[in-house]
Amino acid sequence: MKFFLKILKDFPAYLWSGWGAVASILLFIAFWDVGNQIYGNLVLPSPLETFKTLYAMLHSKDILEQIDITLYRASVGFGLSLLFGSVLGLIAGFFATASMMSRPIVTILVGMPPIAWIVLAMIWFGMGDETVIFTVVVASFPIIFVGALQGTRTLDGELKEMADSFAFPWHMKFIDVYFPHIFSYIFPAWVSGLGMAWKIVIMAELLATSDGMGAELAIARSQLDTPTALALVTIMIGSLMFIEYIILEPIKREVELWRV
Amino acid sequence: MESLEVKHLTHHFGFTEILHNINFTLKKGEVVSIVGPSGGGKTTLLHLCAGLLDVAEGEVNNSFKTTAFAFQEGRLLPWKNVIENIAIALLARGEKKSVAIQKAQEIALKFGLEEDDFEKFPKDLSGGMKQRVNFARALVVKPSLLFLDEPFSALDIGLKRELYTHLIESCEENDMSILFITHDLIEAIRLSDEILLLEADPGHIVKTFKYDSPKEKRDDAFVYKESAKIVQDKEIIETFKLNTLELK
Repeated sequence: MKFFLKILKDFPAYLWSGWGAVASILLFIAFWDVGNQIYGNLVLPSPLETFKTLYAMLHSKDILEQIDITLYRASVGFGLSLLFGSVLGLIAGFFATASMMSRPIVTILVGMPPIAWIVLAMIWFGMGDETVIFTVVVASFPIIFVGALQGTRTLDGELKEMADSFAFPWHMKFIDVYFPHIFSYIFPAWVSGLGMAWKIVIMAELLATSDGMGAELAIARSQLDTPTALALVTIMIGSLMFIEYIILEPIKREVELWRV
Repeated sequence: MESLEVKHLTHHFGFTEILHNINFTLKKGEVVSIVGPSGGGKTTLLHLCAGLLDVAEGEVNNSFKTTAFAFQEGRLLPWKNVIENIAIALLARGEKKSVAIQKAQEIALKFGLEEDDFEKFPKDLSGGMKQRVNFARALVVKPSLLFLDEPFSALDIGLKRELYTHLIESCEENDMSILFITHDLIEAIRLSDEILLLEADPGHIVKTFKYDSPKEKRDDAFVYKESAKIVQDKEIIETFKLNTLELK
């Protein structure tokens, strides 16, 4: 509780430190507009037109439903990866044999292109939620798994010894000695896993389903509707930035005060 | 009567014999130091006595009620601030949090830390301050036996003296015993009732030296006189290989 209050207390100062980021985004939009003036509306619609389309989209019930569908698939897929990746990664990290054996499997999972997984999933599950969710899990699970595994493998033996010398009870050993260290590895893995999930869900939808934001993107492509395509991209990037910079980053700063 | 008894203790790492037939007894209120060259098995012996390593051959009987350990390199939890690092030793013993924090603050002040430092994380502390926290953490539990693993070796002479004084005081007040390892003979003479000389390959005790005079009365003159005497000792010369350093 105290911890969350502290995050809220430091939040305005954190937001205030974001002016540099805002300036850089505005600069990016300026370059975008230059691109529009050079290449014309069909290739690259102006930021203004894109944002107008975006505004209209966010007021149409149909698009909001599609966003909902995508959000559902991404969160189920990411949630499963989070749960299984963290738990299995921790377990694998605590046993030398398990971590040794899991390495090649992780390499296979990471090395296989997501597009190949989509094809397989389409054969296995057909065109629907399962295919998308499966692909999301396959793409973001290994990232989280490796994060958890690394965190457990790199635990400091000297601190363990210290904990033993003071006869820490097991729950203190976990909460005060192991957890903060593991968390500093697993949390960034969650963040990249989330980014991965969000990207893959769109791709899988584009190829394998008839609803969701990915499918909308496919329709925009077939109709050469560039403003809609860009507006959809803006939604995707905007939501990812919101989650990463407004929700996760403040937590990360508070949790890792001891590091920097 | 609380005591630490080590009988016929032998220890191997793989096929290498690290310690061979170690015997000694540490009684309540005594300070015993183990001196010897680096790599002689001192740390292994201390870890066996403290129960951080499993005894394979021989016996270690520790009847002291509470023990604490001060390590050479501090070993503070990097994600906890100064007070939390000290209080955690008490929390591990089931002390209430508010009480633990209060005791931690008291002992931190006694060990020369300032209130401004209380909230600092170990990364913001100097080496000396880390060691103050390390000692405070070990002594806050009022151990009846304290293990010290060369915790003075990287400290300046002023801070060393300050910590010696704290230790001698704790011994007097709480009848605390200390088992510590060092390669500094002067330090050993200042603090110990008994010095065990450990020769390497495999580590075994070649000689013991006893000092009876009260520790708080050991002034510089006494310590330097005794150190001058001890470096003339045949076993000391051989164990530390002092003769090879002489100018020809």
